[in-house]
Amino acid sequence: MKHKTFLWFVLPSSLAMLLFIFFPLVSIVVQSLHVAHDQVIVSVENCTLFGCTQSTMIDQEATEALRQGAPLGRFAGLTTYLDRGHLAVGEVAQAWNGAQGWRDFGSQMLNLPFYKAMAFTLTFTFIVTPLTIIFGFIIAVAVNSAAKRIRGPLIFFSLLPMIITPLVGSLILFWMIDARGIIGSALQALAGNPELSVKASTPMMWIMLMVYGVWHTAPFAFIVYYAGLQTVNTDTLESAMIDGASRWQRIRYVVLPHLLPLTTFIALIQLMDNFRVFEPIVSFAASAHATSLSWAIYNDLGGETRQLSSAAATSVLTVLGVAILLSPVLVRTWRDFGRR
Amino acid sequence: MHMYNKAAIVTAIAVLSGSTAIAGCGVDSGRVSIVGNEFPAIHTVANGAMACADTGVTVTANLTADHQTINVAGMQGNPAEYTSAIVASSSIVALMNEDVIRPLDDLVAEYGQDIPTRQLITINGKVMAVAFMANAQHLVYRKDVLEQIGVEPPKTYEDLLAAAEMIRAQGIMQNPVGGAYAAGWNLAEEFVNMYFGEGGALFTPGTAEVSINNEQGIAALNMMKSLTEYMNPDFLTHDSNATSAEWEAGNVALMNMWGSRTGVLMDAEGSTPEVYENTMVGAPMTVGGGTIPASTLWWDGWTVAKNISDEDAVATFLALKNGVSPSILTDETMGQAVWMIDGYQPAPVNDGVFAAMAMNTTPYPMLPYMGLLHTALGDNLAEFLQGKESAEQALADVEAAYTAAAKEKGFLN
Repeated sequence: MKHKTFLWFVLPSSLAMLLFIFFPLVSIVVQSLHVAHDQVIVSVENCTLFGCTQSTMIDQEATEALRQGAPLGRFAGLTTYLDRGHLAVGEVAQAWNGAQGWRDFGSQMLNLPFYKAMAFTLTFTFIVTPLTIIFGFIIAVAVNSAAKRIRGPLIFFSLLPMIITPLVGSLILFWMIDARGIIGSALQALAGNPELSVKASTPMMWIMLMVYGVWHTAPFAFIVYYAGLQTVNTDTLESAMIDGASRWQRIRYVVLPHLLPLTTFIALIQLMDNFRVFEPIVSFAASAHATSLSWAIYNDLGGETRQLSSAAATSVLTVLGVAILLSPVLVRTWRDFGRR
Repeated sequence: MHMYNKAAIVTAIAVLSGSTAIAGCGVDSGRVSIVGNEFPAIHTVANGAMACADTGVTVTANLTADHQTINVAGMQGNPAEYTSAIVASSSIVALMNEDVIRPLDDLVAEYGQDIPTRQLITINGKVMAVAFMANAQHLVYRKDVLEQIGVEPPKTYEDLLAAAEMIRAQGIMQNPVGGAYAAGWNLAEEFVNMYFGEGGALFTPGTAEVSINNEQGIAALNMMKSLTEYMNPDFLTHDSNATSAEWEAGNVALMNMWGSRTGVLMDAEGSTPEVYENTMVGAPMTVGGGTIPASTLWWDGWTVAKNISDEDAVATFLALKNGVSPSILTDETMGQAVWMIDGYQPAPVNDGVFAAMAMNTTPYPMLPYMGLLHTALGDNLAEFLQGKESAEQALADVEAAYTAAAKEKGFLN
C-alpha cells in the first residue's frame, strides 16, 4: 500500500484513538500528579431540627483564590502513587524491616489495599485465562463435531453467557449460591453442613468469582476457536487419518499447531480483560473478600467525597499493570513478525 | 409493587388536583429541576413541586438511588443542570464542600416567612437547606417471638444479645438478629452508631484528625462482632434491602433498622400475617451502660443551586416550598415518613424515630471530611468481623486509610 493511501486509511481510527484513548490517558496522568489545595477549615455552629452543634466547614472564600490560581490543585508529584492507598512504599519498608518471617510480611502486605487487590486480581487472571482457553477449545471441538442440524442452536446456547450483561449474569449466579439458592443448598447437602455459606467464606467466594469469570468468557474463546476450526486444512486431516492417527493425535499434531496464533490472540485479550475484573465483585457484594484495582477506582469515586486523584493514580497503575502483563506476549508476537 | 404503584398514582393525582384548587404556587416563570434519592416520601415532595408546573414554568425531577454520584457534577456547571438537590445530613456536606448550593436567607425573607423555623437548616448562621423529614435507626422486633421467650423488648444491646441467645436456645430461630452489615456504607454506618453509643468522638475536636483507635472503638467493634454471631452468616453482603427481605421472610426477630423502612415491613405486602402483624418498633438501644442511644439522627431536606439565575432560584424555592407544604399530607402520604411539616399526625410506625429524638441521639456529623472517614470505615472493618485481624488492627487500618485520603483532599498536611 502506498504511504499516502495508508495514511488516509488509518487517519479516522488514529483520530478516534487520539481523542478517546490518548487524551483521556494524559488527563488521568495529570490528575494523578495533583492533589486538592489545603482546605481552609473554619469552626461554625450548625442548627438543625435536632438542635445546634459545633461543627466545621470549608471556608469557600479563602479557598476560592487558591482554586482560581491553580484549578488543577496542588502539584504533588508521585505522592499519591506512593501513599498507603497505592504502592504504600513507607508501609512496605516498615513491614520488610519489622516483620517476623515471611508469613508475617505476607500478611502485613495483604493488609494494604493495593497489594490485597493485586493478590486477588493476579490469582483471578492467571487461573481464569488458561481455564477459559481450555474450556473454549473443548466446546469448539465438541460443537464442530456435532451434527450440522443442531449446530446453530448449540452455538447460540454456548454464546449465551457472553451475551448476558455481566452485571445481570453475575447477579443470577449470586442468587443461586445464596444459602437458600439452588447451588447453595446443593453444596450444603453435598458437604453435609447446613451452616455452609458460600458468601461468608473467602476461599469459596474467590472460587465462585473465578467460576463466574470462566463461565462468562469461555464463549469468547469458543467462538474464536470455532472460526479457526473451519480453516483447518481437511487434506492434512485426511492424510493423518490414512496414516492411522487417532482422533487425539489429529487434534494434538494438526489442529493445535494450526490454532496457536489464535491462542495468542485470546490470551492477550483475556489477560487484559481479567486484569480489569470488576462487575462480579460488585454483583456478588464480594468487597469484604476480594477487591481488584477496578473496584478500588469505583470505590474512590462512589463515596460522598470523590477521591479523583486517588482514582486517577489507580487507573495509571492499572494501565501499567496491563502493559507489564502483556509484554511477554507482545514481545513474542514482535519476534515472530520479525522472523518472517 | 402493584400496590405501591397504585399508591404513587393516587398520590400524584391527589396532588395534581389539589394544585389546581390552590391555583399555582405563585410561580409564573423559571426552570425547576430536582435531583434526589428515590423513596416514597421523596416522591411525594417531588410531586408536590411538580404541581407548580405551569405555562412558563417547567418542573422536572430525577429521583434515583444514585443521586449522590450525579448531584455534584450536575450542579457544578453554569447554569447548573439541577436547580435543586434533595439531600440528607451527610450528602449536603459534599455540596457544601464544592460550593454548589446557595444560602437561602434572602429567599426565606421574601417568600418563605411561613416556613416554620425548626425546618430551616442553618450552617454558620446561613440557611442552607429546608428540612422536611427526620430519620433514625431503631429497634424493630417480633412481638410474638419475644412473648414466646417471655422477655420485654430490649432497651440495650446487651439485653438484645440475651434475648437472641434464648431464641436460638429454644430452637425458634437459628439466626434471630438482623442488621445491615454489608461491607461499605452500611457497615460504616453501624459502626458510627455503636461508637456514639459507647460515647466515642470520631475526631480530635476542631481538627480533621481521626481518633477512633481507642477503648470506645474496640468496645463498639466487639459488640458488633457479638451481634454478628446471631446473624445470617452472609451478613457482610446484606444491605438494608436484603435485611428487610430477611425480616419479611420471617427469619429474623430483632434488628436495628431505619425508621423510613419500617412502614414496608408492617404492611400486608411481601410477607405473611404472622410476620407483619407482629412487627413492632421500639426505641433505639443503648450499649455498654451509656445513656445516648447507639444510633444517629438524620434529616432530609432540599437545597437550591448556586449557579442558576435568580429567576430560576425563586421558581425552585417556591416549587419546593409547595412540595413540603401541609397540602402534601394526605391519608396516603402521612405514614411515609416522620414529616417535619405542620399538620403531620404521627402513627405507631413512627414511634422509633420520635423515641430517638427524645433520647438525645447524636445527629450524624455534618463535617467536611466525614464522607472520607465513612468510606474508610466501610472498607476496613470487614476483616475484623471475619476474624482475620484484631480490633486494634482494623481501627488502625481505618485511621491510616482515612489519613491518606484526607491528605489527598487537602484536609490534613
